[in-house]
Amino acid sequence: MIVVKNLVKRFGLKTVLRGVDFQVEPGEFVALLGSNGTGKTTFLRILASLSRPTGGNVRIAGCRLPAQAEAVRSRLGFVSHQPLLYGDLTTEENLYFYGRMYAIPNIEQRISEVLDMLGLDFHRRDLVRTLSRGMQQRLSIGRAVLHDPQVLLFDEPYTGLDQNASVMLDKMLSRVAARGRAVVITSHDLIHIEDLATRYDILGRGLIVASSTREKLGRGSLLTFYRQAFQGA
Amino acid sequence: METRPFGLRILDAVTVLLLIAATCMVFFYAPREAAMGEVQRLFYFHVAAAWVGMLGFVAAGAAGIVYLHTQHIIWDIIESAAVEISLVFFFIAILLGSIWARPIWNAWWTWDPRLTTAAILELIYIAYMMLRQGIEDPDRRARFGAVYTLVGVLSIPITFLSIRLFRTIHPVVIGTASEAARGMFGMTPPMKQTFFFCFFIFTVIFADLFWNRILLGNLSKKIDQLRYRLM
Amino acid sequence: MKRDPSPTTLRSQLTAFFRVIASIIWKDLTVELRSRELLTAMLVFALLVVLIFNFALELDVKNRTGVTPGILWVTFTFAGTLGLNRSMAIEKDRGCLDGLLLVPVDRSAIYFGKFISNLAFMVIVEIIILPVYSALYNVNLFHPGLLLVILLGSIGYMAIGTLLAAMSVQTRTRDVLLPILLFPVVVPVLVAAVKSSGGFLQGSELAEILPWLNLLIAYDVIFIAIALMLFDYIVEE
Repeated sequence: MIVVKNLVKRFGLKTVLRGVDFQVEPGEFVALLGSNGTGKTTFLRILASLSRPTGGNVRIAGCRLPAQAEAVRSRLGFVSHQPLLYGDLTTEENLYFYGRMYAIPNIEQRISEVLDMLGLDFHRRDLVRTLSRGMQQRLSIGRAVLHDPQVLLFDEPYTGLDQNASVMLDKMLSRVAARGRAVVITSHDLIHIEDLATRYDILGRGLIVASSTREKLGRGSLLTFYRQAFQGA
Repeated sequence: METRPFGLRILDAVTVLLLIAATCMVFFYAPREAAMGEVQRLFYFHVAAAWVGMLGFVAAGAAGIVYLHTQHIIWDIIESAAVEISLVFFFIAILLGSIWARPIWNAWWTWDPRLTTAAILELIYIAYMMLRQGIEDPDRRARFGAVYTLVGVLSIPITFLSIRLFRTIHPVVIGTASEAARGMFGMTPPMKQTFFFCFFIFTVIFADLFWNRILLGNLSKKIDQLRYRLM
Repeated sequence: MKRDPSPTTLRSQLTAFFRVIASIIWKDLTVELRSRELLTAMLVFALLVVLIFNFALELDVKNRTGVTPGILWVTFTFAGTLGLNRSMAIEKDRGCLDGLLLVPVDRSAIYFGKFISNLAFMVIVEIIILPVYSALYNVNLFHPGLLLVILLGSIGYMAIGTLLAAMSVQTRTRDVLLPILLFPVVVPVLVAAVKSSGGFLQGSELAEILPWLNLLIAYDVIFIAIALMLFDYIVEE
């Protein structure tokens, strides 16, 4: 579903990604970990077609980036740490707007489905700027899955969420991941990620420096694995 | 440490010599013009400077297009070099034109189409520099610079036409005198020689400054690279 | 609910294109209706400018019609800049521009959507200012030719303004930079608009006004084309 070979990204003189190889199959839930500034957000933005690679190969759902970017976008959903929502529109108006943009058939029905799944039906007619950060983040997920994408990308979704909201987000993430989608998430929140992800890749100095699966590691060892990866690198 | 290539040092020396020669020609070889007097001598430098400005203008536009196409940073360096040179030389042309105009028809400025368009172009160049200053990322700076250069370069011909149309429908009193005075004096052979020689010299000055400025841009880029390695 | 996610036929691509444009316009108008920030700011500003001109210039009956086109266009120009800045700031806020860029459609649809919204706001302000000016200064502004000129001029202004605003909102200096970038480049629009407005107000021969109208139309066409071609370079990274 996601095939990345030798991805290089330069910003002027700074090389942020130095030849990343990365692959995600349908049904996999990959956590991309690493300290600040290692290029996680850059990497995700390239996958989301918001940024062009300087070199290397990226294929998503069989389509090449950046050449077939439009085809990729219809099969992909992206949740950033910014909600990408219009504060002066209501919850359902935001979904309606994106629904129209993505040419979703039976918009009303789809919106109801999504709001139901997110538990936001009660706030249908509330302006987004009156919603809490946790609710906005949930709605942002709704925006991303509206067009039923095969690939989902999450960039630091836990940023700024309190305990309750984080737990809610856990539930949302497992729900949306459970449909055979390919999911990539970047986060600092190892505790929540550990149980959600099936695989952990660690990005350090522009390359994937370590990778392991949940089966291999077993519960509770993610933090140790993470620390070791950086000591070795 | 890199120094200027040998070819450029020769060019620098030649340029200075030619400039001295041109100045001598303008002040001693060219005859005194009958109607306007000594101040007419500025005309040689005024037109030549405007010519260099034009060269820079076209070079900037071309470099902008090439940069957007190839994304090679060297074209961005070429483009900003061209803009800077064009900015300075059009300014010199405007200044000399102003000084020349004052005794001839008693005004520092006329809303003449060429002069006005040159002034607007200066404003576009300044806007260009302010745009570049406000962007940190070098790729984005180059991209936005190229886009604005193209917008500016393409707008100038239309601006010129619109102001010329403005003038033909509403001629200003000063205008009728200037049409006759500006560039309409007959040139004797020594004057023609001086004129074309100045043209030639200023083109050489353009090439020299251009080359120097591009080298400077490249050096600047290398310094940034070294700085990054140290960080 | 399975359907082919990417439209492949020309007809479906065109429908997608226009639907995106329509959605963006709907979104901007709805947001504006709720918050009324943009229009209020533009209107109040425009009214203040008109008022200031009253004190700044000698507007006796004789030279009033002569000065009117100039005053109107200065007002529209400045109010237009305000609108452009706000419109783009809304997208930059909360990262909404990314949301627009994630949609599987040609970037030019985003340009057209914003361009038409911005144009709509400018026209709304103009529609309100014209009768106010008419009443305050006792000048009849309801000439169809004048209205045409105002529309054509606004189109040209917003065509290039949308492009440059998308650029300036991504720089450090933001709001301040837009007028600096925009004004030198819209001189032809201003000259042509003021001249043809004046022509219509003073009842000049159509033959005299025609060259200005042609210039306006030419500028509009050229600059919409230029903006379309360059928009991609501004929003992609």
